[in-house]
Amino acid sequence: MADSRVSVPKEARRGEPFEVRISIRHPMETGYRTDESGNHVPRNVIRRFACRYNGAPVLAVRVSSGIAANPYFRFFVTARESGALEFEWVDDAGVRGEARADVAVV
Amino acid sequence: MSRPVAALALAAALASPVATAQERSLPLDVLRSGLAFSGGDVRAMQADDFANPGFLWVERGARLWAEAASGRSCASCHAAAAASMRGVAARYPAFDRASGAVVDLEARINDCRVRHQGVPALARESDDLLALTAYVATQSRGVPLAVDVDGPARASFERGRALYYVRHGQMNLSCAQCHELNWGKRLYAETLSQGQGNAYPAYRLEWQSLGSLQRRIRACFYGIRAEMPRPGAAELTDLELFLAWRAQGLPVEAPGVRR
Repeated sequence: MADSRVSVPKEARRGEPFEVRISIRHPMETGYRTDESGNHVPRNVIRRFACRYNGAPVLAVRVSSGIAANPYFRFFVTARESGALEFEWVDDAGVRGEARADVAVV
Repeated sequence: MSRPVAALALAAALASPVATAQERSLPLDVLRSGLAFSGGDVRAMQADDFANPGFLWVERGARLWAEAASGRSCASCHAAAAASMRGVAARYPAFDRASGAVVDLEARINDCRVRHQGVPALARESDDLLALTAYVATQSRGVPLAVDVDGPARASFERGRALYYVRHGQMNLSCAQCHELNWGKRLYAETLSQGQGNAYPAYRLEWQSLGSLQRRIRACFYGIRAEMPRPGAAELTDLELFLAWRAQGLPVEAPGVRR
């Protein structure tokens, strides 16, 4: 279930910060648990999360097992030009996720 | 589980002959959603549809609604859920003529899959069943619960009521001892709620996931050290029906956020 939700304003004023929110469906399995049969549940957390704005990196996060399931990131980006925000993440199992949102700068 | 004989005797002692819509176990003016017993952080999370992780399932449910299974999607028959499913969750659990039993929303969705789409039923608590249930239930947000317990659902309702008031498990507690006699008081670090189910399926922080009302009820059985009914068991549907009747007048909040 590699789902995510992204929220950015449709329009942002040039030179001003706008709010970016993304929430990702992920179990963030800590690696400290056992299942009902007593077997170790291997760690599977999102390891890296990054956001690019028209190709340029604006946020890079090293995520750890201390983050709850379904992580939610909220941050601000300064509006420069109309274009796309591209999000990318990868977990311990090597599963990659991506999302994209467009913003118009006026 | 309870012994049927004891349960029936208690039901006879407690139950009036007819539970009309006017009769209540908690008066309307003291009726409180679980939200009233939640902290500010939980209330803020539920108030913001983006911060509420339950909407990850709702959005998945919206995709599943439109996705054809064996050539037919939910939308093929029911079109836009916003119109066709408005108010539906507030009427469930309900008696289903075809199966001759009371079914909850999850069972109704599975019946639809099997009968009309010709695809297998989804497992209880699977992400897909939770997603579809949350998507259908959220169409009724704000609609007050109003289940029918006077028709053929009567027997199930009475069984649910009996289960609610009978003592269970090693702790020898009934549901009512916490949720009717002592709500609002502290139990260790927790405030006892009235045990209302109007926010389910809900995202519980403890679960780190969306979960059904059945899962929440089973957790209560575990808490009082009683044998837990298996997911989908008839006793759980009976309890869900009694809880929905008990909560009549509270608005559907699904997908809610709880501790």
